[in-house]
Amino acid sequence: MSQIITQFPIVFEALNVGFLQTLKLFIITLVGAIPLGLVICLGSMSKIKPLKAITKVFVWIIRGTPLMIQLLIVYYFPGLALNNPVWGGGEEGRFLAASVSFIINYACYFSEIYRGGIQSIPVGQDEAGMVLGMTKSQTFFKVKLLQMVKKIVPPMSNEVITLVKDTSLSRIIALQEIIWAGQAFLKGSQGISGAIWPLFFTGIYYLIFSGILTVLFAKLEKKLDFFR
Amino acid sequence: MSILEINHIEKSFGQAHILRDISFEMEQGQTVAIIGSSGSGKTTLLRCINFLETPDSGTIRVNGDVILDAAVDKNLTDKEKRDRRLHFGMVFQSFNLFPQYTALENVTLARKLMAREREDYKANKKAINQEIDAIGEELLRQIGLYERKDYYPHQLSGGQQQRVAIARALALEPDILCFDEPTSALDPELTGEVLKVIRSLADKNMTMIIVTHEMAFARDVADKVIFMDEGVIVEMGDSNEVINNPKQERTKQFLSRYTNEGM
Repeated sequence: MSQIITQFPIVFEALNVGFLQTLKLFIITLVGAIPLGLVICLGSMSKIKPLKAITKVFVWIIRGTPLMIQLLIVYYFPGLALNNPVWGGGEEGRFLAASVSFIINYACYFSEIYRGGIQSIPVGQDEAGMVLGMTKSQTFFKVKLLQMVKKIVPPMSNEVITLVKDTSLSRIIALQEIIWAGQAFLKGSQGISGAIWPLFFTGIYYLIFSGILTVLFAKLEKKLDFFR
Repeated sequence: MSILEINHIEKSFGQAHILRDISFEMEQGQTVAIIGSSGSGKTTLLRCINFLETPDSGTIRVNGDVILDAAVDKNLTDKEKRDRRLHFGMVFQSFNLFPQYTALENVTLARKLMAREREDYKANKKAINQEIDAIGEELLRQIGLYERKDYYPHQLSGGQQQRVAIARALALEPDILCFDEPTSALDPELTGEVLKVIRSLADKNMTMIIVTHEMAFARDVADKVIFMDEGVIVEMGDSNEVINNPKQERTKQFLSRYTNEGM
């Protein structure tokens, strides 16, 4: 116990640095995947048949294979197969590769959630807008958008909380996120080795972070509760 | 001159020939009821009149002006459709209120959006919106729901929702108000309040087309009844005549199903 107390400041600082990287990956994934998901969603609902087919196959591949493989391929493929290591070797390169993989992967999941949201709006809402002389864009922005947002908040909250934990997959390409930081003390770092508790301790970060998100999403859901 | 003149409307969906050579006309202030069994084409006819479907051929005239000639208007832009369909108001079977808006907002939304196109909108924004709110409140008063103006649709009963939907359609001051089975989605005890509102509109000489299964209501409120079957108008005429003394065999057959329902 006393050992943990002396180790704590060192570990805490290292985990904070790792968590910052986790947080950065989390935020950049959302910033990229939320709009990209909409683009993919529109593609998968397009009236242009080839575009629709290509999008559907793409979404199938991304959702049908593990994110871990996608990370490995995105990170290593350019360098090993194309002799063009676009990412560079350092932490920055690993972060870029991880960001690209996560954005693509999550955009595909989001696109399906959006599609569900769009298709769940009864056609009667469109028709009501039409007979009231509203334009298509007025009907979309003034009538359908908020109903869609309400529909997608619960599944999005699910995905976002999954993302918190999925960021740890980037450990596979040695991104220095929080698991990597905790594991370092198992192998030996800054004079501490064979310590398992830092790895346990990373769990606290995840729990607090996903707890905060759960509360925020519950608030958002409540805010949209005024209509049905 | 007739306020509405429908001539030789035809409509098919793939192989299904839904409307066959539909023609009728109506006068200002008249109420026309369209009756017939499910699948007879009555709803499709109403949707053609409201530009929710485009007929394959035929013309629609309002006050003598051709507003749709299927032969030339195959590819109307959204804007053109929009301008033309505003002659008509539409009340749906399933109400289709906007759930995130209050009763009053449902009634005023379209009109407020339309007001933005006015040249003086920027200068008089507040006054214009207040005026529209006043119109909306007056309409809600007429249908007896002024006290519920700040309720959201899910806080209202089906009958109340449908009444709000009627007020919403009236807010745009259509020449002709169409109802697509306005009481079919309602519990029997709620149909009365909606029919009462429609009846009061008929008393004020609102021009209306009502697709309905309420035979007694059609007979009592409508000036004219159209009986449709398999996409054709089988019989049409004075409402009492058609419902109490149908001439056609098919009309008799159809109406015989309703005779035991307190007509």
